[in-house]
Amino acid sequence: MIETVANRLLLSIPVLFGVLILGFALVTLAPGDPARVMAGPAAPPEVVAQIRDRMGLDDPVVVQFLRYLGRVAEGDLGRSLISNRTVTAELGAAIVPTVELMVACLVWSIPLGIAMGTLAAVWRGSIVDRIIMTISVAGVSLPIFFICLVLIQVVGVQWRLLPFIGRGGPLWTVEGLRHIALPALSLGLIFIGPVARMTRSSVLEVLRLDHVRTARAKGLSERRVILRHGLRNALIPVVTLIGLQAGYLLGGAVVTETIFSYPGIGRLAVGAILSSDFPLAQGAILVLALAFILINLIVDVLYALLDPRVQRR
Amino acid sequence: MAPDAPLLAVEDLKVHFAVEGRRYRAVDGVSFAVDRGRTLGVVGESGCGKSVTSLAIMRLVSQPPGIYAGGRIVFGGTDLLALPEGRMRALRGGRIGMIFQEPMTSLNPVYTCGDQIVESLRVHSGLSRRAARARAVELLDLVRLPSPAKRADDYPHQLSGGQRQRVMIALALANSPDLLIADEPTTALDVTIQAQILELMKDLQERTGTAILLITHDLGVVAETCDEIVVMYAGTIVERAPTQALFADPQHPYTIGLMAAVPRIDVEAERLATIEGSVPPPWAELRGCRFAGRCPLADERCRREPPPLRPLATGHDVACWYAPIERRAA
Repeated sequence: MIETVANRLLLSIPVLFGVLILGFALVTLAPGDPARVMAGPAAPPEVVAQIRDRMGLDDPVVVQFLRYLGRVAEGDLGRSLISNRTVTAELGAAIVPTVELMVACLVWSIPLGIAMGTLAAVWRGSIVDRIIMTISVAGVSLPIFFICLVLIQVVGVQWRLLPFIGRGGPLWTVEGLRHIALPALSLGLIFIGPVARMTRSSVLEVLRLDHVRTARAKGLSERRVILRHGLRNALIPVVTLIGLQAGYLLGGAVVTETIFSYPGIGRLAVGAILSSDFPLAQGAILVLALAFILINLIVDVLYALLDPRVQRR
Repeated sequence: MAPDAPLLAVEDLKVHFAVEGRRYRAVDGVSFAVDRGRTLGVVGESGCGKSVTSLAIMRLVSQPPGIYAGGRIVFGGTDLLALPEGRMRALRGGRIGMIFQEPMTSLNPVYTCGDQIVESLRVHSGLSRRAARARAVELLDLVRLPSPAKRADDYPHQLSGGQRQRVMIALALANSPDLLIADEPTTALDVTIQAQILELMKDLQERTGTAILLITHDLGVVAETCDEIVVMYAGTIVERAPTQALFADPQHPYTIGLMAAVPRIDVEAERLATIEGSVPPPWAELRGCRFAGRCPLADERCRREPPPLRPLATGHDVACWYAPIERRAA
């Protein structure tokens, strides 16, 4: 197990390096001049040139990149051009809300998706199956911004049930929960569809296998056969899917946070890019990429836990 | 239940499958009995209904598409087909154990071998986890797996095919069943391993007194292990006889053909003997003898009227209008 984790960690080093290059390139090659942003639109060209010189923006790109690498290694991601706070401080403040949003989203959508998929598989062809599959197709096909807007309009504006702007506090407080409910609901809805569909087909496939017949021949109850010998084995591809969906989840978080004005990494990244706050944008991209790597690491560990054949390979 | 009644009596069993509006008569009026401590072999080629028969005894034929279209399966005095699911479940893996053909896929890859035996023990006997675990190791020792305590913690993919089949046998015997159904238990194994597994089953039968229903297409396997043999063809029984009598004097043209098709090392032959033609499709509405299309003796009557299974003086039951057939006359 430790070996698996260590292997995956080693494998993520090149990925991380790639992310650093991409993040740097995106920001360096993008139109717009950081020095101009810092100096403000009214500043005379000499001042801008001075800032360019101080920031080393006239040096060759390779030199700039190496300097950037060196700073990242020291944990210095620079300062926001807009707020002048350190990027690490800005990111640090935004990470907790985003992690809370992820947790609040996954904690209901994954179990529900798995339960829906299993029920659909067990009652295949029935009305229950059809209803569940319709819901999940809708979940897959509706764009997330649309779901967000509908929820805001109906639950927030018309019914006045839940707040839909900002964060109310930590997740364990009532206000925190009330504020996170709608973003977590929107984000989770896009997740349920794929999980339910994958679970359904995977359970159907596993239930046809020989070892399930053995389980029945042992005299186990149908519930035990399905949960312990069907679903348990069927979860292996579902976990893989969840890892693959992590990208959608992070992308969805960017949209959701922006729409709900939720102070997380996603909104921070959008804000930074729109205002040409290059250091902050770079930092946010780095954190999102790290999150992606981390989610996939967790998935790999889960995979090894679920399937003993993986561990020993 | 009368003291001399057989442990298992299958009476005129009919199992059909309804698929896309067609009715497949997989098992169509099969009767046989297994006595305590005895071994009955069911022989026939692929698709003759032998596996469906064995699954039907466990009531594991999935419905739909399966239909129990008639007959009774009397086990220990009760008709299994009339039993509520809860009581049937207590019998499965309890008084009736089952071994399947594919040792490579019949065990769940995500649980250790020990856990899978423990599960069966605990469901049926309510043993504590520790007691069940100790019993599982005992069972693995009984089926002669070397270092059973270690093997109990192994996952199926860490064992060879023969070892896995031993685990399956341990699993099937976990709750000391009265009847062990073995559906092609050696087909997927190497010849040397086959012999070991058959010997193990015979040995365990002597020790535990379990009756065995052995399903196979391999005449060599039944010759070595069975007391009595039932030959199936296209969902029906064509011949039933004690092993010795069947091999010495096969009476149904199909059985004779089967035996002739076994390659012999002491007879020179240019080509291996085969039975002409192929099994009729299971949806075919056959009025007469199902073997008529391939039988060298078949005449008008064979195609018109199905021959009943009737006893001959030699201890055989044969479903053929021409029986008794003078040996090797065909």
